[in-house]
Amino acid sequence: MSGFSTQELLAIFAMQGFAGVSFFSVLLLMALGLAIIYGQMRVINMAHGEFMVIGAYATYLCSITLGALPGMTDYYLFFAIPIAFGSAFLVGYVVEIALIRHLYHRPLDTLLATWGLALIMQQGFRSAFGAREVSVLVPDWLRGSYRPTMMIDIPLNGIAILVLTLLVTLGVWWFLYRSRWGLRVRCTTANRDMSGAVGINTKRVDRVTFALGCGIAGIAGAAFTTISSTGPTSGSLYIVDTFLVVVFGGAGSLVGTIASAFSIAQAQSLMEFFLGSSMAKVLTLLTVIGILLLRPEGLVASKVRR
Amino acid sequence: MLEVNGLHVSYGQSEVIHGVSFDMNQDETLAIMGRNGMGKTTLFKALIGVLPSGAGSIRLDGKELSGLPAHKRVAAGLAYVPQGRMIFPNLTVMENIESGLETARTRKVPREIFDLFPVLLDMRNRKGGNLSGGQQQQLAIARALVTEPKVLLLDEPTEGIQPSIIKEIARTLNDIREMKKIAILVSEQVLSFTMEIADRLTVIERGEFIHEESRATADQAKIASYLAV
Repeated sequence: MSGFSTQELLAIFAMQGFAGVSFFSVLLLMALGLAIIYGQMRVINMAHGEFMVIGAYATYLCSITLGALPGMTDYYLFFAIPIAFGSAFLVGYVVEIALIRHLYHRPLDTLLATWGLALIMQQGFRSAFGAREVSVLVPDWLRGSYRPTMMIDIPLNGIAILVLTLLVTLGVWWFLYRSRWGLRVRCTTANRDMSGAVGINTKRVDRVTFALGCGIAGIAGAAFTTISSTGPTSGSLYIVDTFLVVVFGGAGSLVGTIASAFSIAQAQSLMEFFLGSSMAKVLTLLTVIGILLLRPEGLVASKVRR
Repeated sequence: MLEVNGLHVSYGQSEVIHGVSFDMNQDETLAIMGRNGMGKTTLFKALIGVLPSGAGSIRLDGKELSGLPAHKRVAAGLAYVPQGRMIFPNLTVMENIESGLETARTRKVPREIFDLFPVLLDMRNRKGGNLSGGQQQQLAIARALVTEPKVLLLDEPTEGIQPSIIKEIARTLNDIREMKKIAILVSEQVLSFTMEIADRLTVIERGEFIHEESRATADQAKIASYLAV
């Protein structure tokens, strides 16, 4: 770090920190969906990244249709986000019925099956949209940046994604902890047999939970389009980091997932500037492994008698 | 009201319940007595639908329940308090009770639940897992009651609970029956407890009912001999 003045270092930290926030936003959106699905059904969804890509392509389609209408370029994103959610939700719903529900209690098979599904979906994207990456129209109000000082430059799209992520996280919190559906989900997560025996239709809960997790990945895809271009394999770049976030945070804990997404995204983003991205990945991974050795249940484990 | 006829239950190839039959009337308490490993819990799990049953029928008010998933049996009028309580440890007491409201007409926990179990009102914001065994038992009964059942299934409600609380549970069960006019099927090893609540007692051994009497004429020494190890 030598050769930088204190002022420069501060500016670097602020800007890299903010770049980390954009990464954190997408990572958190991805991890929320994955954590809900894993927590409820013990299904590790290897195709989760592809559900994000569904959301990204849905946003792209909105951008070239809706966004091309006169006067709509600035606003199409507000329609694209619910459409991204809805399309990923629907595909998730169908996938649960057609594939996942036959594989509960067979975790290894699910791993393979969802990985196969990921490959099929990637090829599907390639056939439908071509192998070349596509970009959406970024509305004017998302271009440019906010400059609090001469040296700090914070891109507006990053701020927008952060706000979106906060809203979605709040929505997920409300759904899980304040709604009747959330109660059903938490009961089924805790004890599937007993939930059935108090009258909860656990199969329906599974279906909705899986679809919801996929839908949130779809929102992550919509957010993703504003910071990067979308290709058929964009999702697979995120899946490893997302798993890391879920395991590190402690499956089934919303606070843990947020904390872990934040620390992993920030650590990578800051170290990347000084050490290069490979070294940053290695160091992050080693740290996570170290902490997991000390706290096998993740950052936040709930304290309760069993 | 509840009619079980020739019910068989197996774990894979090994049959555990060999054709059990019994009837229950509304407002009647039937106790199934038996030692560990005689099939009490298996029978209860098959009744509520956590375990699949083989041949035989389970009818409630004429409606066939065998083959239905558990949640539909709850909707039909069965409620289940399992051995070991099985409350949701990470949910608050209030949320635990609310989980049973799935089949109820309202989404609000009725007042009478807290009249029966005042301790649950005081502890409503605590996590279920942090309650004592006796409190968890009350919570599990409350959770079952809010489903508005016709038949309440209680699997070894006194297991691991201190004697003073056992007396309290017996009193509560009699109150519930008085208030709700529901049938209660209870499995037990503690004879003194069942003598306080049951109208009829039946003994299960190796998956078969081998002896039945009403409480009025029950030969306690004989039943105790079946329970002795």
